[in-house]
Amino acid sequence: MAKIKVEEKDHLISKKVDKFFLDLANVFRFIKRFFVEVFVPPYEFQEVLRQCYQIGVKSLPLLSLTGFIVGIVFTNQSRPSLSEFGAESWLPALIAIAIVRAMGPLVTALIAAGKVGSSIGAEIASMKVSEQIDAMEVSATNPFKFLVVTRVLAATFMIPILVMYVDFVALMGAFVNVNQNESVSLIAFFVQVFDSLTFLDVTSSIVKSLIFGFTIGIVGCYKGYHSSKGTEGVGKAANAAVVAAMFLIFIEELLSLQIVNFIRGV
Amino acid sequence: MAEAVIEIRKLTKSFGDLHVLRGVDLDLFKGENLVVLGKSGTGKSVLIKIIVGLLTQDEGTLKVFGKEVSTLSNKELLDLRLKIGFSFQNSALYDSMSVRDNLDFPLIRNVKSLSKAQRDKKIEMVLESVGLSQAINQMPSELSGGQRKRIGIARTLILEPEIMLYDEPTAGLDPITCKDINDLINQVRDEYRTSSIVITHDLTCAKDTGDRVAVLLDGQFGAVGTFEEVFKEASEERIQAFYDYNFITK
Repeated sequence: MAKIKVEEKDHLISKKVDKFFLDLANVFRFIKRFFVEVFVPPYEFQEVLRQCYQIGVKSLPLLSLTGFIVGIVFTNQSRPSLSEFGAESWLPALIAIAIVRAMGPLVTALIAAGKVGSSIGAEIASMKVSEQIDAMEVSATNPFKFLVVTRVLAATFMIPILVMYVDFVALMGAFVNVNQNESVSLIAFFVQVFDSLTFLDVTSSIVKSLIFGFTIGIVGCYKGYHSSKGTEGVGKAANAAVVAAMFLIFIEELLSLQIVNFIRGV
Repeated sequence: MAEAVIEIRKLTKSFGDLHVLRGVDLDLFKGENLVVLGKSGTGKSVLIKIIVGLLTQDEGTLKVFGKEVSTLSNKELLDLRLKIGFSFQNSALYDSMSVRDNLDFPLIRNVKSLSKAQRDKKIEMVLESVGLSQAINQMPSELSGGQRKRIGIARTLILEPEIMLYDEPTAGLDPITCKDINDLINQVRDEYRTSSIVITHDLTCAKDTGDRVAVLLDGQFGAVGTFEEVFKEASEERIQAFYDYNFITK
């Protein structure tokens, strides 16, 4: 896919503004191509599974540790505020709502953007630099389908699963803290957790995570696929993938919050 | 005279203000090794990338097996690419795959009728023909430069192409490994009956492998003929200088 470029002395507003809009156009063309290629055979099921393993299973140790610590820290930080009103018994409900609605998806997506997004960006960029993408093309293989479609699909499917996992681990961390301080049993803790959550909380969290996963995948692939040649380009692609994905995740979080609040009638 | 499998007429290619190819005319005949010589940056690699459809020409015509490449549909281009093997300068082996998987990759996607056992047999045969059977389970990072080149060539041979394009096959290799690669290029032509374009600036490679030699100067071919015709009877000073530098100054 040929990338649109800004020619010297050929700008409408200013070179930087034109470049921004042309980059935006290139991103939309890239996304459009993804949606075209994803439905056209042949399908690279094996590679999607391999990428699911890379993105999902290999992120588990880091996410487990982070999720557990988030659960403990958030519980600890919330206790004094609730204590002032004698409402420590509300801790499980408060934590469940905060983790499932916002912190679980956000923490998972940000960590995945750093770990997965940078790895996708760097891998594809280095394949471009070393002509591996050209090699695929000349051997009559569609590199977009093999490299981009598979990674974006894997990220889109795996991030919601990781979010649910991190939610659970964070709640376990919270339970450990609550159990030590308030002597609440595991069953009592989770009864309160599930009582406080609504169907909308869970579904909005999953839908949001799907969007975060898609964003991490597509940004990483786009930055890698359009990296400049040379080793410097690889580093820049990895860095740009992380920065852009994190920025977009925060924007999406804000938008999803508005939409969910609108649905709730808040 | 054998039929031309590639016909290039008045082909031009520019990158911004840089005019790389300025009206190139060239034929590649069936069963021959044609060496394209030229200094770095003269557009040799650009020429073969246009042939395989990785780049498109600005003007002129390029026919491969009688079909104009720039007008082919995606499907036709994919079919054409199956008949063309492209050996990259840096081998372009897939880092994350073993040698076996590198060779299996184009087979799985393009020859769906083969069973796993048949594919394995084909991989072993091709590796044997490039003399690297023992490397089958190694990763690209564990191979030497010469071995990587051979595996790169093996990966293109696995689809049994009719045309081979070699981009700087001996670049960065020691003289003994260069000779091995030159012998391999000739062996590929004889065993697989391919027609080949060899891009190089190495005159030893050109002498050893070229049935004909074409020298690219200022975006056009300054001379085309056998090695002796081009260099022994060269009237063009720059061609003579190229020869002198490679065989006298070295």
